Amino acid sequence: MNWEAFWLTVRLAAIVSTLLIAIGIPIAYWLTYSRWRWKFLVEAAVALPIVLPPTVLGFYVLVALGSRSPLGRWWESLTGHTLAFTFEGLVIGSLLYSLPFAVQPFAASFGAVDRQLLRASASLGHSPLQTFRRIVLPLSKAGLVTGFALSFAHTLGEFGVVLMVGGNIPGVTRTISIDIYDQVQTANYSSANQTALLLLVISFLVLSIVYGANRRPWAVGPWR
Amino acid sequence: MSELRRLLALLLLAGSFATAQEITVAAAADMSAALPQLVEAYTKKTGQTVKLSFGASGNLTNQIRNGAPFDVFFSADEEYPQQLIAEGLAQKNTLYRYAVGRLVLWVPAESPLDLSKLGMKALLDPSVKKISIANPATAPYGRAAEAALRHFEIYDRVSSRLVVGENVSQAAQFVESGNAQAGLIALSHALAPAMKDKGRYWTVPLDAYPTLNQAAVVLSKSKQQDAARRFLEFLRSPEATSLLTTYGFNLPAEKH
Repeated sequence: MNWEAFWLTVRLAAIVSTLLIAIGIPIAYWLTYSRWRWKFLVEAAVALPIVLPPTVLGFYVLVALGSRSPLGRWWESLTGHTLAFTFEGLVIGSLLYSLPFAVQPFAASFGAVDRQLLRASASLGHSPLQTFRRIVLPLSKAGLVTGFALSFAHTLGEFGVVLMVGGNIPGVTRTISIDIYDQVQTANYSSANQTALLLLVISFLVLSIVYGANRRPWAVGPWR
Repeated sequence: MSELRRLLALLLLAGSFATAQEITVAAAADMSAALPQLVEAYTKKTGQTVKLSFGASGNLTNQIRNGAPFDVFFSADEEYPQQLIAEGLAQKNTLYRYAVGRLVLWVPAESPLDLSKLGMKALLDPSVKKISIANPATAPYGRAAEAALRHFEIYDRVSSRLVVGENVSQAAQFVESGNAQAGLIALSHALAPAMKDKGRYWTVPLDAYPTLNQAAVVLSKSKQQDAARRFLEFLRSPEATSLLTTYGFNLPAEKH
């Protein structure tokens, strides 16, 4: 069991899902309330990582953000290194990769809030932002938990992007899925099995939280 | 409807004939440029079609152990085929050392490093932030790279800057794309059209790492033993050996 890889992956997933709360809420807000006629294009763009193979994302991080591209050079002048083979590189790749898993549950729960409440809040003199903070956000708790948990679990299980841009550096970019891959490739099945089992259990727990949070009437608790 | 069904049956039949003839070759990543050309020449000559699957030799060995449907295995070293023979998964009498692989230090064209003067010591230059190598756990070239770094006694000073490709092709791609500033890769990649004009290389001397005796073997589970053997036979032809030479492989008999 490679604990270094395990904690690295947990750290990556925690950072990514926390950042996605900050990034995802404004995007989801805009997607929910905007009346722009081309909004569907933005919705499609946000959903892209669901259907794109991770190799596409990995390819762009390597080449479009590599040291030969203007964007990559700008990043290099800022930080002194390229995005590939760094923990930040994995964070940025994972942010893109897990974006829809945060934004879509957020937007769905914002959209489910009764508009009458919003109108009532506005008529009582609240600004849209105040209404959002005091009415929409509290009523969307389940969606927020879902988005956070799904993006956490999705990042935990990320493989393709990391394989392409990580460079397999212990403690920096060797995530748990890469570790499992290496164990399997070198026929260390018992070690691979331990790690895989742990990942399986964690993923199940996270998804249980998601479905538990969304279980509508808690009139009858699961414990009864 | 019945027309359609007949057509479908015909297609299926044609398909099964095609696969009955075709052989599938699993090959070390350092053959990714040379082998397609060898296959093209072979197919033109014999009509035999050959499907290719590339990866790190260790990964391929593991796939073979788990029942991958390959007929022939081209390894970048001799150990993996020997292991498969010992496990009864490969045919001992077909083992053939087809080439000796060469390791090179490669830098992109824009690199300021003078490889001919510095050799391996170029890696100590501060401008080299990342050095790509293949995964030593599964790729013979990765092990060769590690051995060479130790041979020149710089391993400890550069180990924190190593980035590891899944196989030697990925290691080459890491440095070709400029994401790593130097790479220890296969000479066959450095000479391949895709990389030839994009950088410079320094050939690591043969005594710096254990010889990469590349060996091919027919797999026991192959249902096309004869076709597989014939393809290996072709490797001994002057046509095949001269092509391997142009990709920087030493032939098994010759020394540097």
